[in-house]
Amino acid sequence: MFISLSTMEALWWPWSERIASPSPVTAASAFSFRPSPLISREFTRSTKRSSSALSGLATDAQTLYQRLVFRHKLYQLREERNMKPETFASLVSAILYEKRFGPYFCQPVIAGLGDDNKPFICTMDSIGAKELAKDFVVAGTASESLYGACEAMFKPDMEAEELFETISQALLSSVDRDCLSGWGGHVYVV
Amino acid sequence: MECVFGLVGKGFALVVADASAVHSILLHKSNEDKIMILDSHKLMGASGEAGDRAQFTEYIQKNVALYQFRNGIPLTTAAAANFTRGELATALRKSPYFVNIILAGYDKETGPSLYYIDYIASMHKVDKAAFGYGSYFSLAMMDRHYHSNMTLEEAIDLVDKCIIEIRSRLVVAPPNFIIKIVDQDGAREYGWRKSINDDHISAA
Repeated sequence: MFISLSTMEALWWPWSERIASPSPVTAASAFSFRPSPLISREFTRSTKRSSSALSGLATDAQTLYQRLVFRHKLYQLREERNMKPETFASLVSAILYEKRFGPYFCQPVIAGLGDDNKPFICTMDSIGAKELAKDFVVAGTASESLYGACEAMFKPDMEAEELFETISQALLSSVDRDCLSGWGGHVYVV
Repeated sequence: MECVFGLVGKGFALVVADASAVHSILLHKSNEDKIMILDSHKLMGASGEAGDRAQFTEYIQKNVALYQFRNGIPLTTAAAANFTRGELATALRKSPYFVNIILAGYDKETGPSLYYIDYIASMHKVDKAAFGYGSYFSLAMMDRHYHSNMTLEEAIDLVDKCIIEIRSRLVVAPPNFIIKIVDQDGAREYGWRKSINDDHISAA
């Protein structure tokens, strides 16, 4: 049985009036493997300003990824603009709930910059129940460790570099204690 | 238990499969070819339930041919792999195929590639892959000895090391293996590794 599971988190840094640059949002994922070199890399960079990552069963993550890319491209063709992350989150939620009684075994994490570069992060369970947060969201097999690590390491108003360091440390220390995740991580800064 | 494994070398890809057709405790034959040649430059090694294996690989082979007839050009390896994954994924929540697939191909632009597709349609592009109980041994050997851009001699040597491990350490080890190769000259059988010879019985 091949279940490629992963662990993900997104950290949010609030917009600061003092700084003229857009607030960064970082999302980090660690990829986990069965004893074989499999990498589940289900990460969409849907627009320049929003991304989502899917943890859970690899086959459903791949199928869902393809469906989301399709829907987002269709939106771009029709509306001639990019989807806001809030809208994208609602889309993912709707697609997941369509399969309420035969769900995709995936937990997405969505991160992006909305109107006026306002950071947006959210996570969902496998049937699309959205959970918005101001500070961080996590998903995956090591989610409990991640909650602890992020709670301890997160501070509001961090710069991009510090946020990058924080999220990397939180991710690595959590997956190091989880037998089903590991082998490093990828951090995407929006 | 069925063993299929594959690896990518310098300008070629190899797929190796065991050759046993098994029904419960009975070994029907030990010269079963489980690596289907999809088209001139693609190989699909499959393991799993016998009926599904034969039917599904033939279905994919015919669809690959149909694409070539309709469009005048062959599918790339990536396209064939994604098509296979799509078929498995669609069937997954209706009536799944219990077939694990290692798809190897050679494209002029991108060179050799190997795709690992398991029976619940998770697909990964990899350099080395294996299925079955034999994977415990062949992956360990490949992790130890594999490096990128191996020559054919080195790769065959590694394949033989894996087969020796499987034969010596797996309790119901398959006696015979078939090796197929795909490179710029096409997809073809490379050789057999036999410890039981039933060639005089004609293959079906």
